[in-house]
Amino acid sequence: MRDPHSERPDDVDPLANAGTGGPELPNSTEVGIDVATEEAESLENADYTHPGDPGTATSATEARSLWGHAWRDLRRNPIFLVSALLIVFLVFVSLWPSVVAGGSPYDCDLAHSREGASGSHPFGFDLQGCDVYNRTVYGARASVSVGVFATLGAALLGTVLGGLAGYFGGWWDGVLSRITEIFFGIPILLGGLVFLSVVPSGSIWPVIGFIVLLGWPQIARIARGSVITAKQNDYVQAARSLGASNSRIMLRHVLPNAVAPIIVVATIALGTYIALEATLSYLGVGLKPPTISWGQDISTAAPQYRNAPHMLLWPAAWLSVTVLAFIMLGDAVRDALDPKLR
Amino acid sequence: MRGVTRVVCVVGAGSLLAGCGVAGGESRGGTDPNGVVRASWSDPQRPIEPGNTNEVQGGKVLGLITRGLTRYDPKTAESVNDLAESIETEDSRVWRIRLREGLRFSDGTPVTARSFTDAWNYTANITNKQVNAPFFQYVEGYADVHPADETARPRAKTMSGLKVTGPRTFEVRLTQRYATWAEGLGYQAFAPLPRLFFEDHAAWLRRPVGNGPYKVESYRRGKAMKLVADPAYRGPDKARNGGVELVVYTDPNTAYADLLAGNLDVADDIPAAQLPNAAADLGDRFVVRPAGIIQTVSFPFYDRAWRGARAAKVRRGISMAIDRDAITKRIFNGTRIPAKDWTSPVLGAKGGYDASVCGEVCSYDPKKARRLIEEGGGLPGGKLVLTSNVDTGSHRDWMDAVCHSVDKALGREHSCVVNPVGTFADYRTQVTDRKMTGPFRAGWQMDYPNIENFLSKLYYTDASSNDGGHSNPEFDRLIDQANAAPSAAAAVAGFKDAERILARDVPAIPLWYQNGSAGFSERVRDVALDPFSVPVYQAITVTR
Amino acid sequence: MGRYVIRRLLQMIPVFIGSTFLIFLMVYALGDPVTAFFGDRRPDPATAAAIRHEYNLDKPLWQQYLIYMGKIFTGDFGTAFNGEPVVDLMARAWPITIRLALLAVFFQAIVGITLGVLSGLRRGRALDTSVLLATLVVISIPTFVMGYLLQYLFGVNWNIAPVSVSAAAPLDELILPAIVLALVSLAYTTRLTRTSVSENARADYIRTAVAKGLPGRRITVRHLLRNSLIPVVTFLGIDIGNLMGGAIVTERIFNIQGVGYQLYQGILRQNAPTVVGFVTILVIIFLLANLLVDLLYAVLDPRIRLA
Repeated sequence: MRDPHSERPDDVDPLANAGTGGPELPNSTEVGIDVATEEAESLENADYTHPGDPGTATSATEARSLWGHAWRDLRRNPIFLVSALLIVFLVFVSLWPSVVAGGSPYDCDLAHSREGASGSHPFGFDLQGCDVYNRTVYGARASVSVGVFATLGAALLGTVLGGLAGYFGGWWDGVLSRITEIFFGIPILLGGLVFLSVVPSGSIWPVIGFIVLLGWPQIARIARGSVITAKQNDYVQAARSLGASNSRIMLRHVLPNAVAPIIVVATIALGTYIALEATLSYLGVGLKPPTISWGQDISTAAPQYRNAPHMLLWPAAWLSVTVLAFIMLGDAVRDALDPKLR
Repeated sequence: MRGVTRVVCVVGAGSLLAGCGVAGGESRGGTDPNGVVRASWSDPQRPIEPGNTNEVQGGKVLGLITRGLTRYDPKTAESVNDLAESIETEDSRVWRIRLREGLRFSDGTPVTARSFTDAWNYTANITNKQVNAPFFQYVEGYADVHPADETARPRAKTMSGLKVTGPRTFEVRLTQRYATWAEGLGYQAFAPLPRLFFEDHAAWLRRPVGNGPYKVESYRRGKAMKLVADPAYRGPDKARNGGVELVVYTDPNTAYADLLAGNLDVADDIPAAQLPNAAADLGDRFVVRPAGIIQTVSFPFYDRAWRGARAAKVRRGISMAIDRDAITKRIFNGTRIPAKDWTSPVLGAKGGYDASVCGEVCSYDPKKARRLIEEGGGLPGGKLVLTSNVDTGSHRDWMDAVCHSVDKALGREHSCVVNPVGTFADYRTQVTDRKMTGPFRAGWQMDYPNIENFLSKLYYTDASSNDGGHSNPEFDRLIDQANAAPSAAAAVAGFKDAERILARDVPAIPLWYQNGSAGFSERVRDVALDPFSVPVYQAITVTR
Repeated sequence: MGRYVIRRLLQMIPVFIGSTFLIFLMVYALGDPVTAFFGDRRPDPATAAAIRHEYNLDKPLWQQYLIYMGKIFTGDFGTAFNGEPVVDLMARAWPITIRLALLAVFFQAIVGITLGVLSGLRRGRALDTSVLLATLVVISIPTFVMGYLLQYLFGVNWNIAPVSVSAAAPLDELILPAIVLALVSLAYTTRLTRTSVSENARADYIRTAVAKGLPGRRITVRHLLRNSLIPVVTFLGIDIGNLMGGAIVTERIFNIQGVGYQLYQGILRQNAPTVVGFVTILVIIFLLANLLVDLLYAVLDPRIRLA
């Protein structure tokens, strides 16, 4: 569904007023009512999806949901295609590392410690004399999983809780926001040592759970801020005055307009989460050997940055590519959700 | 001792090009007797006082401001009389001590026999909660001031074994014969304390007063301590500079960077990751020398699987599966030396160091290692779990390397896995609570340069640092015998006999001897490290 | 508005109690700190018991907490294990960290928003792409390496910035650490601004403003930027607290004994009074920063009413 408000000339009003030192009161009541009427019509169109709705540019045979449009848009976007290819590649490497790797990542020989690149070892060796290329390839699985699942978890939880706080305000907001503040206060070091040292296994799931636990408040705050802005829009007020249910307003009107900052933060967070896993491993509470991850390799390579920069370069480069893929994906998704771009 | 120093030079020659012992050439200008040496430090974890300081950082300060009955020669590690004119005993049990004349604290008050007995009684008394109290456990009456029962109150204020016999003489009566007791007296826990310490303890802690070559000028907690040379100091090791400023660094890497930038004169404890650069960065301003530190991995004898003759075979096998040469060379850049016994080369042959004790067990022989482990029934539980804290040092790096080495010897991936523990506190709690299931790191930094300190504290049944719970009646008997020996030399021979039992039992695998390392700026010269890996501050000269 | 602020301030009380208890519980869960006092030596049981008694560690958790809270109201935040009162630690650490964090936020706001606006207005152009690449570099290179690298280059090689910050921590010495500290957050600020700006640049009111013939700069600053700032301001609000408590790595690298470092020490040494004291203040800062951000919402978007 196309956002009805984009055709409204009134959209400019509150901001222009404010910008030119207008009164703090936003819209005049009259305008509000006008908008409400318009909105009502659009909404009805949307609700019953009249064929041939003049507001849509797509063919009538396609589902005219907002998300359907977005998907159609996405498929045509070259940025999306590139990022999708990268992600498919990363998933492939994560699932079948042995196809890409040149040998076992555990085959290490101290005699080669910190040696640079050579014929069959294009990325050189790390401190322990392991092949950096093989380790980077095998590290993809844990790192990509941690990054993607932790981001998904934190983004979902943060969006839901932050969104509710922003949308309902009042009591909801009070309680949810205070909880986020307490969570913000927990130092990662302390949280990691407390929550992760009691979990004996070195599997990725406790690590993901922990990152979600510490990561959601950030996204919740962002989501709350964006929802507070988005819900001020007249089309939301209109939908409400028409008696649309809260869930409908949230999913159809508020979320699509509030999602951009969430996507931005989540895609960058994906990179920082992969790196955070390294910090946790460094503390001895994150992933444990034999699990290999870029994070661990980056953290062992970091102190050697002067002697053997190649140790750091390769896992960091792969991490960059992963983040790049998801930033591009995020950009494409955001653009697809923005009706003004069509 | 000399031979050992030579070993270090050879090891270091390939990659370090560093001098051994005192470094720094003769060059430009004269020396500035008032120049202040800026040296790296880090925040001591407990208040600085002799009875409460058991780590290097607080020890640095005490080393500057206090002097004890004996001291350890910074070059040879030999124990020589310092404040003591004589320390005599006939039966290794009653010791008579006479102080030199005219000794003073830096606040002008005299150092008397009471300065010692009061300090020792203070440290031993349970009400003062001093962590070094056990150093007095052999003094008669210790049990009265420091009851073993956690809830009991002390029955006395002073130990009956300490008797002041004159202003400069006192007598110490021990509960048992202890031939090498006097060798430990150079440890800072035995330092004398002035009246101020007892009369205004808080003031003393704010600005400690002692009897060393330096006195504290100002102390800003967590930041810096300024010490100035005490002009009234009469000892043989008078300061050759105007003072020392100990600057707290949150990270040794930063201290190293500040040294390179010329903002710091002496940085000790150079981080492992910087070692490969140190030679290029510092040239001959880089010092490496053996310190009385040995790194081992102990086994949990409280776990059934690690006891018995078969398990001993496995332990020997594991030891032989570790490629010490490669690890010390690659991970530590040659600043650690593969261990050949359970003591330290700084003791010298006379002090009980003997590179032949460990023999085959400390050599790398993957084939034999595998055979021994298989004969012993394989690794208990099918794999080796190696545990250490990872918040300090570069423990994680060598643990990984040891595991790779074991994996290789056994020809099986993941037969050895590392189990990093987040904090030292947590690690020590787990170790003392006997929660280990496999080998675990056990570093030992000597309190005083004596073979006894390396053996009886670590491997004697129920000894204070016997974390693994090793117990062998024959070993205990030999230690007791050595302690009761009529002379220090005879005692050393006795301890060496006991050490040979360790080569059979392998209660702990010796990994390597740790060297002290330090770098210094162009502003200073004559920087050396003592056997405790602490810079010999008073010998440093500042160029004009 | 006044009532809103008062209500928010009153909400600090449960947050204060909740967070102190939570953190207390967490430090307690770390285990016994006393063993570590004895180094690699097994603790003497009697001495260890006496020390535990001194720090009330031998009492059950709820009693320790009540004793601690009781003392807080007399201004006594307990003592660190080196015998220093936590209040002294805080008095020393907070001013330094506040300076550092404000400098970092300032840097982040100025540079981040400028870069964000420029790349948002020129999507897909060279500048936009370079900013994206810089973002990737910043995210994938750990602060640890970035910090040492810049320290080495600026401090040791070119000798134009101090390697370590002196005890007084004057503002000029904090510039390099603040930049290092701000880098990752800068990535967020830039991309948030960029997205918001590029989204709003297509909004009708901008078209209207352009049509009205308003000067370009005025449109950008008054209309475009003002409407794009809400997510950015939200992020900065969260981040100021993060920068204070999370500067562990940066503070260590540049020898700054601020809040991050004290927290690090407190956690490693498992000293509850230090950790709880610092985190409590940190939570209050989060609360105040968020309150400020909420007040700013109403300024930036007058349609938002505080309730």
